[in-house]
Amino acid sequence: MARKISMRQAINEALDQEMARDPNVIVMGEDIVGGAGGEGEEDAWGGVLGVTKGLHAKHKGKLLDTPLSESAYIGAAIGAAACGMRPVAELMFLDFMGVCFDQIFNQAAKFKYMFGGKAETPVVIRAMVGAGFRAAAQHSQMLTPLFVHIPGLKVVCPSNAYDAKGLLIQSIRDNDPVIFCEHKNLYGLETEVPAESYAIPFGEANVVREGKHATIVTYGMMVNRSMEAAAALAKQGVECEVIDLRTLSPIDWDTVIDSAEKTGHVICVDEANPRCSIAADVSAMVSQECFKALKGSIQMVTPPHTPVPFSPVLEDLYIPSADSIAKAVKKSLAH
Amino acid sequence: MTDTRIVPIVMPKWGLSMKEGKVTGWLLEDGSKINPGDAILEVETDKIAGAVEAHEAGVLRRRVGQPDTVYPVKTLLGVIADPSVPDSEIDAFVSSYVAPAAEEDEEDQGQKYEFADTAAGSLRYAKRGTGAETVVLIHGFGGDLDNWLFNIDALAEKATVYALDLPGHGQSVKKLEKSGLAAMVAALNAFMDKLSIGKAHLVGHSMGGAIALQMAADHPDKVKSLTLICSAGLGGEIGSYVDDYVAAQGRKDLKPVLEQLFADKSLVSRQLVDDVLKYKRLDGVEGILKSLSASLFAGRKQQDAPAAKLAGKLPPTLIIWGKEDLIIPASHASLLPGARVHVIEGAGHMVFMEKASDVNNLIKAHIAG
Repeated sequence: MARKISMRQAINEALDQEMARDPNVIVMGEDIVGGAGGEGEEDAWGGVLGVTKGLHAKHKGKLLDTPLSESAYIGAAIGAAACGMRPVAELMFLDFMGVCFDQIFNQAAKFKYMFGGKAETPVVIRAMVGAGFRAAAQHSQMLTPLFVHIPGLKVVCPSNAYDAKGLLIQSIRDNDPVIFCEHKNLYGLETEVPAESYAIPFGEANVVREGKHATIVTYGMMVNRSMEAAAALAKQGVECEVIDLRTLSPIDWDTVIDSAEKTGHVICVDEANPRCSIAADVSAMVSQECFKALKGSIQMVTPPHTPVPFSPVLEDLYIPSADSIAKAVKKSLAH
Repeated sequence: MTDTRIVPIVMPKWGLSMKEGKVTGWLLEDGSKINPGDAILEVETDKIAGAVEAHEAGVLRRRVGQPDTVYPVKTLLGVIADPSVPDSEIDAFVSSYVAPAAEEDEEDQGQKYEFADTAAGSLRYAKRGTGAETVVLIHGFGGDLDNWLFNIDALAEKATVYALDLPGHGQSVKKLEKSGLAAMVAALNAFMDKLSIGKAHLVGHSMGGAIALQMAADHPDKVKSLTLICSAGLGGEIGSYVDDYVAAQGRKDLKPVLEQLFADKSLVSRQLVDDVLKYKRLDGVEGILKSLSASLFAGRKQQDAPAAKLAGKLPPTLIIWGKEDLIIPASHASLLPGARVHVIEGAGHMVFMEKASDVNNLIKAHIAG
């Protein structure tokens, strides 16, 4: 039965259903149950933003509250995965991933390759990404490109509750390490989600709006901003196609290239800093593969190459707006 | 204060999720004479396009809805009235018309899907109307009860109409207690028992037609009449649709498959493809579809011949076919002696969507005897 639920609930439901389905699925992280010595209900906290609330009571012994030591428990999760468990580790903010890069980059991502395909590492690392939460430079980054750069990792960043549930279930069932990026400003966004379990395959972009004049390629919260821009442009007679990549590694080049060849105008919208970003990656691929089809220069819409400002005024300016996306579309169309 | 001489034409609500629709064009001029069931104008939603039909006779006095304009559900689009009603009264009606928003919640409550906990598991259904005769609508392979969105309300004007999701389909249980046709007939029987439906007019589309035929053979006491639309169970051959539908993994593979269903391929909207894809991705669905197709349609050959079991004891039966059906050939329409047959031009396998008005009128007449 489909009903409207938030992305927070959709993620909770995916964890709940996968733990019920497969006894090897466990969830670990900081404060995902109640915090050490927490008062009140046993799972009073359910994670810093309440995503895992209620799961501890339903799945006793499957949720592990870990010490504040990312390198220790991410390493433990990767080791458990290599030994046959399917751990979902919550790392709170993706910004903290730096302290466990060796476990992720050199161990999890490399096991399959270095053991001749004999080792599987079915670990999922969930973490919050993105700006707009007034959480300053160390809790607001969109670090997706860092992980896309590493072969052996899969990188997912959903834009809505339906995709979040199906992609998280796929992440848990997948035999490779997955970095699952949850935009904190999307947790409250409600969409229609089936109550049943379902998996969305990796490497399948979603064309969230069809159009013939320009292609906007994006992911995460920028999908919603791009849809706003597309709606505004439609009133002026400009029909944009909006592509939600959903998974950044693997990436659905076919859908991007087909659309670029159809419209001839490509706008890459990314909340990550511009240098070596997803936007830069898509721009490079489109210019290489669709050169003759292009009718205007490829546009990148990203924040400036600075840390995320703490000042609310500056933070709002930092994040690409629907207006800046619409301007970029018009700039490409003016060529 | 309602003036019964003046009848509003409003933006219809096709399915629970429809909030607004776009008027794509008027099919009749001002002053046209209208009979119940006539198609008056065309409306398009993000899911489907269709015609708005008249429920009452009269003259089309005013076209209010403008082509290529989006209106919320229940907005006044036009006015039907007797020629004797003066223009000034029509003007007054249009200017004072208020969409009955207050009732909307009430109606939504009434239109909600329900679930029946049957011996075959939880089955979703919709119930409309309160008439003495009971009609049960049975969808085809891979379909669901929303396939009937253009039919259920029209048929419910004079009957109590149920449409169910078969097991493994829509939002019903994703588990089959038995295999193949037997599982489906058992589920239909359990559904009718649970809702105390004694004897009903069964309307089956495609695989649903085969289920209706087998139901009539197994439980003749529960079947008052049959309406078989582009039905399985009459002949042998079947197109590649079932195999293609099961095999399609993404939107790109699925769209051409769904286009096989319609004479007018443009009816396959992105939303329709997305909805089918979402259904196909639910846990358990792939296994059920594979098992059903292996049992019912192995090697592109219909494996069951339920019609043969009804020789000499066929209930009143109406057969409707879309002439351009690419899934089951329209020639099968003539394979059941004793049935009344209507083959409709310009329609494919989903004839009851593409030519809803014609099909609704045929079914209503058939049920009325």
